[in-house]
Amino acid sequence: MKKFIANTEIDVNDEGYLTDFTQWNKDIGNELAKEQEIEMTDKHWEVIDYIHDKYKKEEPLSIRGIKKSGVINIKEFYALFPAGPLKKATLIAGIPKPKSCI
Amino acid sequence: MSTKVKKMLFILSKATIENAYAAFVMANGARMEGIESEIFFTFFGLEAIQKKKLEHLKVATVGNPGMHIPTMIGGLPGMEALATKMMKKEMEKLDMPPVDEFLEILSDSGCKLWACKLAVDMFHLEREDLIDDLDGILTIGDFYSRADQEGCQLLFI
Repeated sequence: MKKFIANTEIDVNDEGYLTDFTQWNKDIGNELAKEQEIEMTDKHWEVIDYIHDKYKKEEPLSIRGIKKSGVINIKEFYALFPAGPLKKATLIAGIPKPKSCI
Repeated sequence: MSTKVKKMLFILSKATIENAYAAFVMANGARMEGIESEIFFTFFGLEAIQKKKLEHLKVATVGNPGMHIPTMIGGLPGMEALATKMMKKEMEKLDMPPVDEFLEILSDSGCKLWACKLAVDMFHLEREDLIDDLDGILTIGDFYSRADQEGCQLLFI
């Protein structure tokens, strides 16, 4: 479905995840974060950069990966993206929701 | 009234690696979905939070039809260790953390970890025998009081 955000039209699925990453930009990320009641800080963006890096390398995301990332620890990750951190961070990053159970 | 699950409480009563991981994966999965989670370790489940034992949890090769090994063969020396080694290898492939790291991830994720007081007394354990990340030692009554809210589910493993 179509969604109008940050003066741009984007395609999203029924859970609100972008279906075409090329449509993503930082303004869209900011607006998506606001919808999740998250105010983006430099630390948030560092995490999003890490997620984009993993996505481009086609490496699956997991909470264990976050722990090993060197970017952020798990406690901080939950604090920055409360209530389902990997789900929210990937939504803001404009990539598909992770399918892993761990 | 909202029917959404808000909190998952797990009681882990067994020491086999497959049961411990079932509890860990579900408790972690809950936190990843924004659901609160807690694990109450009782009886043999306490092995999973004993510093000296948690690295040595084994797969059950006897009395476990899912293993497809005849019970008598499953009981031979070394079978448990072999099956456990194979399972750990498969889990590593899926990037599943070992027990100690999994407990650390759970604790950091905000999952509460409790030891059962009765079982701790029965096995003559001290607080220092148990992992540092443990949130405390509770009676079953204390644990039930933590379930006293809407949208809470309790699961025995």
